[in-house]
Amino acid sequence: MTALTDLTIAGMKAGLAARDFSAVELTDAHLAAMEAARGLNAFIVETPDIARAQAAAADAALARGDARPLAGIPLGIKDLFCTEGVQTTAGSKILQGFIPQYESTVSGKLLADGAVMLGKLNMDEFAMGSSNETSAYGRVISPWKAGDSNRELVPGGSSGGSASAVAARIAAGATGTDTGGSIRQPAAFVGISGIKPTYGRCSRWGVVAFASSLDQAGPMARSVADCALMLTSMCGYDAKDSTSLNVPVPDFAAGLTGDMRGRRIGIPREYRLDGMDPTIIALWEQGIAWMKDAGAEIVEVSLPHTKYALPAYYIIAPAEASSNLARYDGVRYGLRVTPPGGNLADMYSATRAAGFGTEVKRRIMIGTYVLSAGFYDAYYTQAQKVRTLIARDFERAWEQCDLLLTPTAPSAAFAFGDKADPLEMYLNDVFTVPSSLAGLPAMSVPAGLSADGLPLGLQIIGRPLDEAGVLDAGLAIERAAGFTARPGR
Amino acid sequence: MSVDEPTVRKIARLARIGIADDDVAPLAGELSAILGWIEQLGEVDTAGVAPMTAVIPNHLAWRVDQVTDGDVQAKVLANAPDATSGFFAVPKVIE
Amino acid sequence: MKPWTVKGATGDWEIVVGLEVHAQVTAQSKLFSGAATTFGAEPNSQVSLVDAAMPGMLPVLNGECVRQAVRTGLALGAQINKWSRFDRKNYFYADLPQGYQISQLYHPIVGEGELAIETEDGARTVVGIERIHLEQDAGKSVHDLHPTMSYVDLNRSGCALMEIVSKPDIRSPAEAGAYVAALRQLLRYVGSCDGNMDEGSMRADVNVSVRRAGEPFGTRTETKNVNSVRFIMQTVEVEAKRQVGVIEGGGSIVQETRLFDPGSGTTRSMRSKEDAHDYRYFPDPDLLPVEFDDAFVGDCLASLPELPVAKRARYESVLGLSPYLSAVLTAEKDTAAWFEALLAATGKPEAEIALRAANWVSSDLFGALKRLGLDITASPVSPAAGAELLALQADGTLSGPLAKQVFEIMLETGEAPAAIVEARGLKQVTDTGAIDAAIAAIIAANADKVAQYKGGKEALFGFFVGQTMKAMAGKANPAAVNERLKAALA
Repeated sequence: MTALTDLTIAGMKAGLAARDFSAVELTDAHLAAMEAARGLNAFIVETPDIARAQAAAADAALARGDARPLAGIPLGIKDLFCTEGVQTTAGSKILQGFIPQYESTVSGKLLADGAVMLGKLNMDEFAMGSSNETSAYGRVISPWKAGDSNRELVPGGSSGGSASAVAARIAAGATGTDTGGSIRQPAAFVGISGIKPTYGRCSRWGVVAFASSLDQAGPMARSVADCALMLTSMCGYDAKDSTSLNVPVPDFAAGLTGDMRGRRIGIPREYRLDGMDPTIIALWEQGIAWMKDAGAEIVEVSLPHTKYALPAYYIIAPAEASSNLARYDGVRYGLRVTPPGGNLADMYSATRAAGFGTEVKRRIMIGTYVLSAGFYDAYYTQAQKVRTLIARDFERAWEQCDLLLTPTAPSAAFAFGDKADPLEMYLNDVFTVPSSLAGLPAMSVPAGLSADGLPLGLQIIGRPLDEAGVLDAGLAIERAAGFTARPGR
Repeated sequence: MSVDEPTVRKIARLARIGIADDDVAPLAGELSAILGWIEQLGEVDTAGVAPMTAVIPNHLAWRVDQVTDGDVQAKVLANAPDATSGFFAVPKVIE
Repeated sequence: MKPWTVKGATGDWEIVVGLEVHAQVTAQSKLFSGAATTFGAEPNSQVSLVDAAMPGMLPVLNGECVRQAVRTGLALGAQINKWSRFDRKNYFYADLPQGYQISQLYHPIVGEGELAIETEDGARTVVGIERIHLEQDAGKSVHDLHPTMSYVDLNRSGCALMEIVSKPDIRSPAEAGAYVAALRQLLRYVGSCDGNMDEGSMRADVNVSVRRAGEPFGTRTETKNVNSVRFIMQTVEVEAKRQVGVIEGGGSIVQETRLFDPGSGTTRSMRSKEDAHDYRYFPDPDLLPVEFDDAFVGDCLASLPELPVAKRARYESVLGLSPYLSAVLTAEKDTAAWFEALLAATGKPEAEIALRAANWVSSDLFGALKRLGLDITASPVSPAAGAELLALQADGTLSGPLAKQVFEIMLETGEAPAAIVEARGLKQVTDTGAIDAAIAAIIAANADKVAQYKGGKEALFGFFVGQTMKAMAGKANPAAVNERLKAALA
């Protein structure tokens, strides 16, 4: 029999329903895996007692016959989601010891649907990073290794703990958040699936804010169907989030067909970059071929403002972050550092100097700069205008096609320290940022391996609210790719 | 755009982030590089383009004016580094 | 009229004043959270996790605050912006939990309007309104409870404020006072702010500059959070004089934030914020634009009561009251409401009864309330009872002095006037037989005075009236007494 931790969520549901194993057994298997894989540093906080209690409750519900859709499914929760009574740090020292007195809407919906929380997943500090090197709680390590090399690889970021835990079979699935690619890029790096829904589908209430106009929660799991299951639970209108969309949420899992016949797949010409890794190009072409085979029509489209997406993003996201992170001042929660004899202003500076890591400080500085007197219009206003143009590019593309197919990242996972220059790191988000700026649903699906055996992902981008279409295309790729590779540890 | 050291200090002060003297010069270099790269946005002709206000078309919902929250002093103060007699305590503020 | 000036050593200086009035919007809950807004609660008890800016908390707009801002704008005849937006004003302060205040810089909900004012000397002018925007109030820091610590209470944090910004149209301390008084009156009429300045529901930032006649505006200072009409007038005056002193002393005015110290009656510079206020405003990405349609504006307009200026004009033109009485009765919405209820209760045509009613309210009722230390809303005498009293006077049942007597009993016992008259036999006597008898006795007993009167000392007539009234125990009809006395002494 397959190890319990190798099952997909769909498989676990079937096994639980058939009484092949209990939710407590399933959870215990994952807790054991979590313990065995502590070297990955995927969790900041492990919550075995909570997990077992929830699993027992799930068993009771299963026995009564009133189990919710995710009853007994062991999940990891990214540490950006506030969890009532369980430390939430957003990967930052400034929130060390912070115990929320509330549960985020999204994690609350998953728990209400019967999910089991294994613990809080490590991440780049305040979700700022693409490699998980910025966490104050130590970097997360990818369970993958390149070829014969022994170098430790990044799991991607910022949802690196989520990616690593799911890929290493510690969690059946995990929540992620995506501001400029933080679900999709790590999913691609570790060979799992992840979807960022349309902006406004998942409530941001109780999710520690990075960049409010971009942040979206989404699921990460080992199959497209599992993502669909989790997404159905996570989405929904929330009156507590003014940017939440008041639209019905379909049952994404039930509607999943993978049928591509009659769908038009756009291939954006501007995503073919100068000097692009040939392996990535080959993978992309393979994806196009699979789509054709599945009955889709391939259309070349143009998204002319693509090259400006990254610079626009690196104005808007830091600007919003500089303001969102002003609340971490040592007054009401979290770290406080008061220099001897210091006044309030001294306390602010010392607290924030000690509490924030280098990358977070850098982005706060950029954000503060671009919003400061005399620069606001040239930077922020211009970036928001460019954002309008980027969204317009997509709207024009939708006149010609239903979905877009692109690579998820320009390379496979890299080793720690390989991208020491912040700018080089930022460029890693080149394919994921444009759809974030336009608020579009987008997912990454594992599609192949690099020459040295590392996972590579393809990205599907859809129209606003067309998560179902994105998931169908994801399923088509999943079926065609037959991705079965798994990490060594 | 080249960011000089006084600007770095000014920005750090606005952001209330203490920075060590040794960190000012490297930070000036990093910020200059990033802002220099960002400046390519200036090439884009945005005449007549409205800045984005809502990512996905949406309408701001209004709350009904009712008291539905508050009266949770214990929760509000639960994580306070220093709370006294129901207040948050901070080093003296001088106006 | 000659402008108000500061007499400097080198000549006269005009002043230019603009006021930013912060008025707390009347609402049950806060601008972006469901926490209560009542004054004086236990510290941090009227605070939601949103108000405390816990991580991941998000603002949700209170529709009532939008409605109240629009109603206020309409009452000021102002431009209503059907599309407005909230911006973040970023700065650090202990009682500003988010590290930013949600406000409206770029697209305020209300644009230009105007407010007519009248100073105590009767001079009238119009002050332009620049804009009204909605914003969050900050919390409160208490500095005197501990030697080295300040204590922060967030109860006020997030309460809705309207910032009502005037144009720099004010030219004297008296105009500044009149402007704030007129604005307060209007807000209370509209019901969008209770105007309680001692509870901090209304306070003003006072912008003052000085210039020589005909010169362009000088550099202004902003004195923050002045919380009474008197202090606002004082701030304008002392700050103008201070500026003149500085300039005439060869100095120049620095654009800065100042504080008014009521103790010394002076302003002082706030320990300078070295960052010169770089607030880094940008649209709040947690909120969408505030949008509404003409129907909403129409509903807001329909919900407005008759406003003070219109009411006062009507009292003069329709009710025939003097400008003074009209002003007194319309000064407060509650007074006007009481007066109008009184008119209605009389069942008489308004114009017929208005003057007597107005005189009675402004003298008898106001006097009594002042003596009792009561607000008109707490008057022990109802408008209906007042109307009854007026009616008893009108039909001759009560003389003026008797009416006063009955009114005192009403205040004390709460009984109805007719019942008092009945029970205590306070009815006025118009029976000329009884009056004639009393007069005959007085004439008989005062032959000397009768002779003097008839000899031309007419002032003695009052003596005879007094004696007659006394003999009648105050219950005689004064008109009848006059008439019969004149006849008897002829």
